[in-house]
Amino acid sequence: MLQLILFNVFNGLIIGAFYVLLALGLSMILNLSNVINFAHGNFLALGGYLAYVLIPYVGFWPSLLIAPLLTAAIGFIIERTMVRRVYGRDPVYSLLLTFGLAFMIEDACRYIWGVNGLPLTTPSSISQPLSSTFFFITAYRLFMVAIVIVVVAGLFAFLRYSRMGMRIRAGVLDLDTVSALGVNVKLLRSLNFAVGIFLAGLAGVLAGGQIGLNPNMGDSLLLPSFIAIIVGGFGSLTGTLAGGLLIGVTSAITAVFYPSAQQAVVYALMILVLLVRPQGLLGEEGLVI
Amino acid sequence: MVEGKPSGRLGRRRILQAGAALGAVGAVQVTSPFIVKALGEVPIKFGYEDPLTGSLSIVAISEIQGAKLAVEEINKKGGIMGRQLVLYVEDSANDVGTGVEKERLLIDKYHCNITFGDVNSGIAYAVAQVATEKGVLHIVPGGHTDPITGKDCTWNVFRICNTTSMDANAISNILIKKYGKRWYFVTPDYAYGHTLQAAFIKDLKAAGGTYEYALLPIAASDFSATLIKAKAFKPNVLLNNMGGLAQIDLMKQFVEFGMEKEMGLGGALYEVEEIVAVPAAAQTGWWDMEWWWNQPGVPHVAEFVAAIKKKYNKIASARHWFGYVAMYSGKLAIEKAKSLKAIDLAHALAGMELPPEVALQPGKVFYRAGDHQLMPNIFAGEVHPPPANNPGNFFTVAEMVSAEKAWPLADTGCHMKYPA
Amino acid sequence: MSLATAAAAAEALPSAQRRLLATAGVWIILIAAPFWMPLVGGYTDLGTRVIVLGLAAMSLNFLLGYTGMMSFGHAAYFGLGVYGAGLILKDVTASTPLALVAGTLLGGIAGVVFGRLIARTRGVAFAMITIAFQQILYYVAYKWNGVTGGFDGLRGFVRQPIHLGPLVLNIRSNDLVFYYFVLAIFALAVGAMGLILRSPFGRTLLAVRENQRRARFLGIDVNRHVWLSFSVSAFFIAIAGALYALLNNFADPSSMYYVLSGQFVIMAVMGGMRTFWGPLLGAAVFVVLQNYFSSITLNWLFFVGLLFVLVVMFFPRGLLGIFQRRRAA
Repeated sequence: MLQLILFNVFNGLIIGAFYVLLALGLSMILNLSNVINFAHGNFLALGGYLAYVLIPYVGFWPSLLIAPLLTAAIGFIIERTMVRRVYGRDPVYSLLLTFGLAFMIEDACRYIWGVNGLPLTTPSSISQPLSSTFFFITAYRLFMVAIVIVVVAGLFAFLRYSRMGMRIRAGVLDLDTVSALGVNVKLLRSLNFAVGIFLAGLAGVLAGGQIGLNPNMGDSLLLPSFIAIIVGGFGSLTGTLAGGLLIGVTSAITAVFYPSAQQAVVYALMILVLLVRPQGLLGEEGLVI
Repeated sequence: MVEGKPSGRLGRRRILQAGAALGAVGAVQVTSPFIVKALGEVPIKFGYEDPLTGSLSIVAISEIQGAKLAVEEINKKGGIMGRQLVLYVEDSANDVGTGVEKERLLIDKYHCNITFGDVNSGIAYAVAQVATEKGVLHIVPGGHTDPITGKDCTWNVFRICNTTSMDANAISNILIKKYGKRWYFVTPDYAYGHTLQAAFIKDLKAAGGTYEYALLPIAASDFSATLIKAKAFKPNVLLNNMGGLAQIDLMKQFVEFGMEKEMGLGGALYEVEEIVAVPAAAQTGWWDMEWWWNQPGVPHVAEFVAAIKKKYNKIASARHWFGYVAMYSGKLAIEKAKSLKAIDLAHALAGMELPPEVALQPGKVFYRAGDHQLMPNIFAGEVHPPPANNPGNFFTVAEMVSAEKAWPLADTGCHMKYPA
Repeated sequence: MSLATAAAAAEALPSAQRRLLATAGVWIILIAAPFWMPLVGGYTDLGTRVIVLGLAAMSLNFLLGYTGMMSFGHAAYFGLGVYGAGLILKDVTASTPLALVAGTLLGGIAGVVFGRLIARTRGVAFAMITIAFQQILYYVAYKWNGVTGGFDGLRGFVRQPIHLGPLVLNIRSNDLVFYYFVLAIFALAVGAMGLILRSPFGRTLLAVRENQRRARFLGIDVNRHVWLSFSVSAFFIAIAGALYALLNNFADPSSMYYVLSGQFVIMAVMGGMRTFWGPLLGAAVFVVLQNYFSSITLNWLFFVGLLFVLVVMFFPRGLLGIFQRRRAA
């Protein structure tokens, strides 16, 4: 039994790593632009499919970088042409816009690549189980976690030390002042959006290698990522990180004792957090509004 | 993995073809009533709702392909009693609410004479209820859950594919013999999974076996937690009861974890559409086919297989056959009843035997009057990677189980009542 | 052209009369619907659908358009209405009125409880938390096979004829009678909604929508008003849900899914969320378009998405909002 729980905690951390990648991107866009990106899960799928197209030409490793970059570029264009027009308007418009985009991207993927789902070929060097005791830790899963750690560390370093990162952080706190100081806020938001989409695209390539590609592969990850943000606290990326891992593990442990509640438990966790600490685990009091 | 990719690409082309074909149906819907009225004649309308998108789409598309082939043949030979047959196809999106809505659309908007569907047992169950409420004849080509022709059977509902109990009963003893009596079920949490698992458990308990199970959402895609539990249970065999894309994903992850070295695979359905989409290591285990293309010496089978190959470039599957039988069943019923009234059609279809060019298998294949269930053979056997020279030959039939034997009328719980 | 002249004529009238004229027009169109719809390719059940979903969109708009709070989770209360009505008919008693009452109460009370929990929250956080609440209910409906029927949905119930003394309304098998029954309930609901909006409470909600800070300075308890508005809106949408169960003789988890909430929002916005009748018009357009597109293309989802995007980009005030702006100008 102990072994089973241990296994599931590991497994939950792996799944949590996905939530983290997705939720961090969502959270960045939410914090700076006040937009809930409903299409985030579909950008994830798009990233996976782009990698599928690229792999025969450039191989897996370059695709791991190029596909998310291309996805980010598409995200950048969509932000410049559509999303930016809803900034500052009633949040209902940004929700509807990204909701509509989600449908369009999903159906476009279905139209182009088929309803059937496609396999994403990963190098054989990383697709074997490591040992028969830890059979569920395939080299691929370890590799995924390693990538997520590197990317998340990179993201936090970028936000902390780079000029643009500092501007983004400042913008989250007070966009008007940042603008008054001469920063091109429009461009900052576009780039921030693109970084968020890059993370989604990367998650898509990684997820595709594990469970294959299908047009709605992001759906089941999107809402838990919302929960990760709410649980972690609006406005706090560290909170989002913690929230993602927490719900991954909670869900996996529930899978041992009461599998039926595996999905619902993360929502129950959210209610609990909201009741006890409405601003989320690491959120700041004033930021809820 | 080598087979995976090309088949995926072919798949895409096929989908596009299917899409184009469906588009054509759309065009027919808009224009045909006017043209035909000008000729002083109204076409016969069949309506078919199936999950053309969502996790069961790969098998649903085959059903529609089989149906379209039949409609083409029927119209080429002069239609039904001299009237053209028009087929309306609607996508239920693998969602029960949408399916119910589409069934109402087929009946209320298009006034279909007979309706068909759905691959998804839950949807089939619900739309059959709508058809009953509206007094329309409904044929379920591919939804397996027992009660549709069992305890909830109704006068206007018929079914072509097997019931879950039939499929389970045909393979249970083979699984016990080949692997042992310690089973782990991975089962979708809806009508199909519930009745299928219950049927298996009944057989297993009778043999004194033990089991554990996991009930998962129908479109589950990550099975790692479930597989960890399964492995801890150390079963002789894992029964993959999932369907469509979910079954494929589970197979892939099973192999990824190297679990095929420790336990067998088996269960009721492992369909042609799914087997071609998994890695060779997962092409294994003992399963049922509800119809199998390779039947040397049985009349008309080769022609059907060739027609599917020519029109869709696919291996003919049980799903193609279901769709094909569905259209012909409607035609035969109308011709026998010489009427379009649902009650007349129901009486005509009850007890009807399919002619050899539709049955496409040996023996007598008929709609049992007592429960409106088609009684074909069940092909139990072993799945294996195909030989290089015959890529479609990935299944070897070990036993032909008669449906009567697998599911006697007394077991169904159906008490058929016709309106006065 | 006649429409344009009518509009021009209407604009010449004082606003009270104009409103009366518009309201009368809406009711004439609705009452006559079963007779003119077949001429344009519709059928009675489609009309009933529009009314039911229109009521849902109008109920959501009570919160969205008149209080300025963005709920993306109203399918939860709609779905509870669906299940409440269905469960009564299936497991308790074959009474249509009781089913309606039960569905309304179930959804409404859940709205009161959840509303209390989030009344302090604002903006996108409010939207996200409403989604999350809805997902909990969705999973309960999906998993609780014994009561809800799980994924397969709740079958085996049929709306029952209504006995009014010696008069029997056969809503069970007569589509037309059912349409007018639904229309009557709709009339009662939107009548009540209109009265609430004209009451001092309704005016206060507008003040909350326009400027929460100012409302607070005026001594209005904003959180309390958000909570009340959320609750009222949940009660109304639960009525729509209960009617939906009667319409389909069926209930399933997709009636609680976030996608349906999104559709309610688009109906409200497309029709005009600052207008009373806009959401009904939005529902009509949405239902008819979906009915049309989903029959001719497998990729209808793309067109639904496109519709969302186009509305946001080019018609943010909605169809009726365009008229309103012209009038204001």
